[in-house]
Amino acid sequence: MSSFWNIWVWVLTLGSLVGCFLLLRMCLKNFAGVKEGESMGHTFDGIEELNNPLPKWWSTFFLLTIVWAFGYIALYGLGNWTGLLGWKSSNQGILNLAESKAKTLEYLDKDSGVLVQYDREVAAADAKFGPIFEAYAARSIEDLATDGEALKVGQRLFIQNCSQCHGSDAHGTTGFPNLTDKDWLYGGTPAVIKETIMNGRIASGMMAWEGALGGDQGVKEVAAYVISLSGRSVDPELAKAGKAKFALCAACHGPDGQGSLALGMPMGAPNLTDNTWLYGGSKRAIEESIRNGRAGVMPPWKDILGEEKVHLISAYVYSLSQD
Amino acid sequence: MTTSNTSAVDYNFDVVRQFTVMTVIWGIVGTLVGVLIAAQLIWPALNFDTPWLTYSRLRPLHTNAVIFAFGTSALFATSYYVVQRTCQTRLFGGKLAAFTFWGWQAVIVAAAISLPLGYTSTKEYAELEWPIDILIAVVWVSYAIVFFGTLVKRKTSHIYVANWFFGGFIVTVAVLHIGNSMVIPVSAMKSYSLYSGAIDAMMQWWYGHNAVGFLLTAGFLGMMYYFVPKQAERPVYSYRLSIVHFWALISLYIWAGPHHLHYTALPDWAQSVGMVMSIVLFLPSWGGMINGIMTLSGAWHKLRSDPILRFLIVSLSFYGMSTFEGPMMAIKSVNALSHYTDWTVGHVHSGALGWVAMVSIGAMYHLIPILFNQGRMYSMRLINIHFWLHTAGIVLYIVAMWISGVMQGLMWRAVNSDGTLTYSFVESLTASYPFYFIRFIGGVLVVTGFLLMAYNMFKTIGAKDNSLKPLEVA
Repeated sequence: MSSFWNIWVWVLTLGSLVGCFLLLRMCLKNFAGVKEGESMGHTFDGIEELNNPLPKWWSTFFLLTIVWAFGYIALYGLGNWTGLLGWKSSNQGILNLAESKAKTLEYLDKDSGVLVQYDREVAAADAKFGPIFEAYAARSIEDLATDGEALKVGQRLFIQNCSQCHGSDAHGTTGFPNLTDKDWLYGGTPAVIKETIMNGRIASGMMAWEGALGGDQGVKEVAAYVISLSGRSVDPELAKAGKAKFALCAACHGPDGQGSLALGMPMGAPNLTDNTWLYGGSKRAIEESIRNGRAGVMPPWKDILGEEKVHLISAYVYSLSQD
Repeated sequence: MTTSNTSAVDYNFDVVRQFTVMTVIWGIVGTLVGVLIAAQLIWPALNFDTPWLTYSRLRPLHTNAVIFAFGTSALFATSYYVVQRTCQTRLFGGKLAAFTFWGWQAVIVAAAISLPLGYTSTKEYAELEWPIDILIAVVWVSYAIVFFGTLVKRKTSHIYVANWFFGGFIVTVAVLHIGNSMVIPVSAMKSYSLYSGAIDAMMQWWYGHNAVGFLLTAGFLGMMYYFVPKQAERPVYSYRLSIVHFWALISLYIWAGPHHLHYTALPDWAQSVGMVMSIVLFLPSWGGMINGIMTLSGAWHKLRSDPILRFLIVSLSFYGMSTFEGPMMAIKSVNALSHYTDWTVGHVHSGALGWVAMVSIGAMYHLIPILFNQGRMYSMRLINIHFWLHTAGIVLYIVAMWISGVMQGLMWRAVNSDGTLTYSFVESLTASYPFYFIRFIGGVLVVTGFLLMAYNMFKTIGAKDNSLKPLEVA
């Protein structure tokens, strides 16, 4: 804040409080020109006003709140001044993660003279709960997946952080994968699950194919062929025409539509033969996917939760598809 | 200066009558929509899979209907009545006053159509899109001209305290509305705010909290300062108290907005100032309650026989309770528990149903017989029933929201021994259902009361002139 606005804030804030004090002092005295308890002498539509004094408890309490206000501002600051406590709710005005981490370290030092409430609370929580997660992180995901207590903690973390998209029961919904089946886009081994949660995934891009497929007819043909891959009955003529065009799709989904994972490729193109549909399996939904493309995003969690908690969530997710 | 006889002045009561009748009608509409959305929170199927009836579109319709249709119509009616009576002069502006009525009703109808259609600026209590905002500004400036024009040509030497509050509310609401509604229009019904980020949020809550502070508090204190002494037939308790609490209230309220943005990207100092001013505001707020309730000194027995006075005095009790609760909730550490929970919803309704609605209902019951040449309302018994229905409705509503609000706040912060949260959000929602039901019942009682009021009003209007004689009070 520039010094102009800083002075502006100070003058108006303190001016309002001092003004209230002066107003109170004025009204504590009988300036009305008539005796206390008597009528002011003017009537409005028959209404009179009495010149009663301010209730003592009321004016005392009002005065105390004004005094308290000055005290609070002295401790917690005003405008550009951070106050005697050096208190901040959080490191405001931070522009990136590196800066945030540096500031947190700097201010956690007791001699910095700055007290960042959020960072202090996080540090206190880490000190208290950190050892629990540290102990879990030292064990393998396969091991944790058989430990009922560890899975309970993992499930809580999952419900608070993952259920918004994947559902409380991890069964997923349209656009968000089911985590309880054995159908994986990027792989279901402990290491890959952890990698997915740590760094997130951006689907390499199911692009919009309508143009490349020669318009609506091409979309319908390819959709018919794709539907036929999981054994559903379709118009054989359409499917035949679609099969000819499927070469374009095979680059990611594989020549037989078995998906990129089966081919050991990393782009997360789903298996089209298993009748599991991330974006819906109706003819309309499949045509929509082909026509306009799809772009799924799994955000990276390592900076939000830290590796130890991700490790535990990975164990929980891994356990869901184990028999 | 000549002392003019009240009855000799040719008052403009036409516009007061119009606003009075619409106050009751909009009261029914606003609370009915409220009950519908309260029911939708329990039975979501009640949106009938229709976009126009979804909670997200009807909720702003409810708040706009209650604040701007019901509450503001009540303020128009009473301010136009009070300013004429206490200045002993006819309302200034003639046709301009009529324009404020038809213009304001046009705003309300435009809101009732555009909000369900999904047009919204997304700012709470300021959802209406820019063409409607412009109409609001034009009507409001006309209102100011009519009101202050009347004050200028007053026949009394002083300006009565009720008019200080009405005047303060009219000026400030104009500034707030125009300030917060600054947008860049991109089409006939779509615009983007001129402000961005935390500044936009601050503008919004500077507006939002002072819609509460000036429209719903200062304006209704103006109403209170006329109708309480008039109905009680007692002098106002303390002239000096009214001076100190008026000036302190209007100078402190304008600062309180940041308490809606605790623990957000708003700079810490601004949050601190919002909290400090909210707490210093506590006693000035109570000044109005003390002055109103102490006005009853020596006339407490009237509460037993006069249900209209009971509405007015109980409204002051709810006012005192809400203005104590408000500063407490503005404290950062209390806010950390209460914010985003139903506690806030309960707090707003103890103000809206308890203070705003009850003082308006009392004022309307006082006004209707006078405006329509009767000695009293058609049925005093129905007023009494209305009082109990309304009171029971509020108590159910507020208590349910207190419990569910505190419960939600506690559930959201509960942690297991491993530091993970004990409850997922949806568990706190499930736990809230019983209280949503109690709130719904409370709302039904309030609407029922309003329906009785409308019946009572139309019976009074329809009766032959002067056929309803005042009851002899034992």
